[in-house]
Amino acid sequence: MTLKNEDVRSIAQLARLQISDSAVVQLTTDLSNILALAEQMKAVDTTGVKPMAHPLDAVQRLRDDEVTETNQREKFQRIAPDVKNGLYRVPKVIE
Amino acid sequence: MTKTIKQIQQGLAQKKFSSVEITQHYLDLIESHNPSINCFITVTDELALQQAKTADALIARGESRALTGIPVAHKDIYCTDGIRTSCASKMLDNFIAPYDATVIAKFKQDGAVMLGKTNMDEFAMGSSNENSFYGAVANPWNFERVPGGSSGGSAAAVAASLAPAATGTDTGGSIRQPAALCGISGIKPTYGRVSRYGMIAFGSSLDQGGPLARSAEDCAILLQTMAGFDPRDSTSIEQLVPDYSEHLNEDISGLKIGLPEEYFAEGLDADVARVIEIAIDEYRRLGAEIVDIQLPNSKLSIPVYYVVSSSECSSNLSRFDGVRFGHRCNNPVDLEDLYKRSRDEGFGDEVKRRIMIGTYALSAGYYDAYYLKAQQLRRLIKQDYDRAFEKVDVILCPVTPEVAFKQGAKTDDPVSMYLQDIYTLALNLAGLPGMSIPAGFSQGLPVGMQLIGNYFDEPRLLNVAHQYQQVTDWHLQTPELK
Repeated sequence: MTLKNEDVRSIAQLARLQISDSAVVQLTTDLSNILALAEQMKAVDTTGVKPMAHPLDAVQRLRDDEVTETNQREKFQRIAPDVKNGLYRVPKVIE
Repeated sequence: MTKTIKQIQQGLAQKKFSSVEITQHYLDLIESHNPSINCFITVTDELALQQAKTADALIARGESRALTGIPVAHKDIYCTDGIRTSCASKMLDNFIAPYDATVIAKFKQDGAVMLGKTNMDEFAMGSSNENSFYGAVANPWNFERVPGGSSGGSAAAVAASLAPAATGTDTGGSIRQPAALCGISGIKPTYGRVSRYGMIAFGSSLDQGGPLARSAEDCAILLQTMAGFDPRDSTSIEQLVPDYSEHLNEDISGLKIGLPEEYFAEGLDADVARVIEIAIDEYRRLGAEIVDIQLPNSKLSIPVYYVVSSSECSSNLSRFDGVRFGHRCNNPVDLEDLYKRSRDEGFGDEVKRRIMIGTYALSAGYYDAYYLKAQQLRRLIKQDYDRAFEKVDVILCPVTPEVAFKQGAKTDDPVSMYLQDIYTLALNLAGLPGMSIPAGFSQGLPVGMQLIGNYFDEPRLLNVAHQYQQVTDWHLQTPELK
């Protein structure tokens, strides 16, 4: 699988990564090489094999819908980059 | 003076030294040698001495717990309440964790003293500890060599005797490979055995915490503290924790050890192979029966691992968006700019590569060809092990194809770095427990031997490793620090 520079730009957009023009060329080579490695998987026929999501085939545990954690808003907000009135601030989203 | 946990426990119990004294001893060594080895990102000296003082009071009152007064270092991937938890990333350089990981809470509960937070590959992605925002870590045996990764700081700290033991995490070999390259012992437990709560996630279906220490006996003591069901980790397994030290001294005659032919094939350094052969002979002398086995799908573990782990990484690392914690770029023009520049500035190159590979593998139209295919192959890899464990009790193989390589030797070629993990990845894909213990030297550098057990068979792995360490002294070797 060989990627083109445009492919890398669109993957970066999906991943919300700002990639500089100078980095795109090297990334295209690196990602293509890694995907070439992944191509080896095609060599084995996996028809009918059940995908394995958990090593022990365990499923998500359910619990009663009860509040078990305490509110630590102030503690969490102390490490936030920008807060005001107990809210997390981001650039204006709606004009 | 190189002390094991066992020796420190005895020294404290017999009042040969206090916890404050032994803690200060390690803090002094860290101060002298950390500038050249760079194995600690944060040294928590004040906290350590405070905890040691508390421990001494408990010991005086006869209220010691399992690890009371024992100094331990923690990989900087475990959240530590009130202490910077960076994951060796610029993204979290300013992150003061607001809570303790379950593993950290358990060490506190058992009375351990925290020396500091160890260096690692950023977000645990790497095999050389060169991908750290805080700089590379030196291998204590040869400062020009890598210590392995991603728990490279933990392994180097223990090897250099700057800490008697350290925690690590293992997603594709990150405990076993650095333990091997630094000549110490480490165990990656069965998936679900040690809580992942508060352990910053990389590949959630693969990540597992475990200890790095001087001996299998010490690993048993540490794993006792770390293991156990945790309702806060949805993948934690609800199963009783056995006494890991109970079976250490059992005789291993009649034990069936499997040698996977694929792991002794082309690509393995001849001198590393020679060292492993000698270790196998030692097991023969201990009465073990050596059996040839096959793990035919193991050759696919590299592509399967990099697809699965990168996919999970791209999903896990989407939480780092510059909004609630972590790095935020200056003067974002809009929300998308905030996300994109914060992430570009906060993540290093390898992390970005893996996020992008994962994003691609999970994107519309490619999911079946990559992630789904990898999950199917993962089952085939696991089934190979299931078949092998019908014939043998444990599997023995190398940990790495070669000894510690030179810093910078593989940084320009991500794929060549990935190939280093050939012998360690399959075990994480299957969720099995594995150990690395020192088996000798090649070119003056340590060689590790890997022991793989069946699910929840950690007691046997520790027993098999301990028996080897009773008749050899490779694990007692320490580098001379300049």
